[in-house]
Amino acid sequence: MSIMKMSDIQKSFGSNHVLKGISFSVDKGEVVSIIGPSGSGKSTLLRCATFLETIDSGIISYDDKDVTKNVNGKCVYAKNLNDFRHIFGLVFQNFNLFPHYSVLKNMMDAPVSIMKRDKREVREECMMLLEKMGLADKADAYPCELSGGQQQRVSIVRALAMNPEILFFDEPTSALDPELTGEVLKVIKQLAKEKMTMVIVTHEMAFARAVSDKVIFMSGGVIVEQGAPEEVFGNTRSERMKQFLQNYNRD
Amino acid sequence: MTLMTMALKMASGLEKTCAIFFLTLLFALPLGMVVALMRGSKYKVISGAASFIISVLRGTPLMLQLIAVTYGPYYLFGISVSRNKLIPVVVAFSINYAAYFAEIYRSGIESMPVGQYEAAQVLGYSRVQTFFKIIFPQVIRRILPSMTNEIVTLVKDTSMAFTVSYQEMFTIGKQIANSETSFIPFVVAGVFYYVFNAAVSFIMRRVEKAMSYYKI
Ligand SMILES: Nc1ncnc2c1ncn2[C@@H]1O[C@H](COP(=O)(O)OP(=O)(O)O)[C@@H](O)[C@H]1O
Ligand SMILES: [Mg+2]
Repeated sequence: MSIMKMSDIQKSFGSNHVLKGISFSVDKGEVVSIIGPSGSGKSTLLRCATFLETIDSGIISYDDKDVTKNVNGKCVYAKNLNDFRHIFGLVFQNFNLFPHYSVLKNMMDAPVSIMKRDKREVREECMMLLEKMGLADKADAYPCELSGGQQQRVSIVRALAMNPEILFFDEPTSALDPELTGEVLKVIKQLAKEKMTMVIVTHEMAFARAVSDKVIFMSGGVIVEQGAPEEVFGNTRSERMKQFLQNYNRD
Repeated sequence: MTLMTMALKMASGLEKTCAIFFLTLLFALPLGMVVALMRGSKYKVISGAASFIISVLRGTPLMLQLIAVTYGPYYLFGISVSRNKLIPVVVAFSINYAAYFAEIYRSGIESMPVGQYEAAQVLGYSRVQTFFKIIFPQVIRRILPSMTNEIVTLVKDTSMAFTVSYQEMFTIGKQIANSETSFIPFVVAGVFYYVFNAAVSFIMRRVEKAMSYYKI
């Protein structure tokens, strides 16, 4: 069963045609990595999937329910967008933790005050998550007291606290010092092992290769190649991706 | 008149000075937020109206606004000027200060990174919840220093009420100065304002400290 499906997504910013007919789907338990040069529309794609941007045309669906439909050539969104928001979580490049909330409050506030879940139950769940991430001693700390790697791990558990069916990551390690990327990648690997459904935009090729069930290479607003990592990396067909990997290896 | 009797007479007006000060804060702080939100509205009519009102209130003297609010109703509609001038004085101060507060709120709101809104939206916060739970507390934190400046100015501005002969401390002092042909009441007034503002600064520093448990 596909948790998320996008069909023929088009998105422009003014005259800048950014997504030119993107189609792909993510099955339950699948880990999909999206790679590609900067400016190719990867972030825009995730932002469309998480409703931070509205698409011009195409169909987004979650759990086989359509979020958008075409009415007379116009893209119309469903009224109950908030029902869909519970299905996914998004981890941002620069964390976007709430600086005035403690780590625990960052995690608990949405489940408790938005989803009206039982506070004690949520607290227990959150503490267990923190425990698992080795962050239990940081529950009462404020984001500014944490390292970048710790902040990103907190933003991951904040997303997990909502019990999403699918988690999107937009370059989760790009804002981190090189020595801090490992701890974040390790957490994502652990989630992959637990069969968390994830879509990860990343520049870490070795990581993408190791963790993914499917790799998507995007360039210029289109999906140029997609497939199993061995196939896409080991048997690259398109010139554009060969070029991209060459440039990457040179750096 | 001895210094002591002058000071005591003027102190009797302090109650009214404080009334202007606290009532203005009470009304102008929320009103300023309303104006700031209007100013940031996506509807051009609303944001245009708000920014015009702000520019008029900031571009004309408070003294004129006090006179306009106090005596305007008489000249325009023949409504007699009320004996209790507290109401027009507080109205004039409140709308004037709301305009200044609105600009401070706006700068604070605009300084918020867009990522805070986006993180909240993805987590399912409504726009209203995002504003009150995520944005507003951080805005307060950011604008506190400029707020302190404005509040210190308000303390001094209460003396403007003399233009409509509202019997606050400075108005009384000015009357004594005239009748006694003495400069002393002005010195006394200066001391009063200085002490008042020292207290305001002390309190605001405590508030700033209490809010600085996180970095922005
Ligand atoms: N909010 C926006 N307004 C206008 N243009 C945008 C906006 N966001 C992205 N773009 C443009 O869309 C293109 C793709 O950007 P992005 O999705 O960030 O690419 P990537 O994440 O692959 O680097 C770029 O040309 C960028 O300038
Ligand atoms: Mg990007």
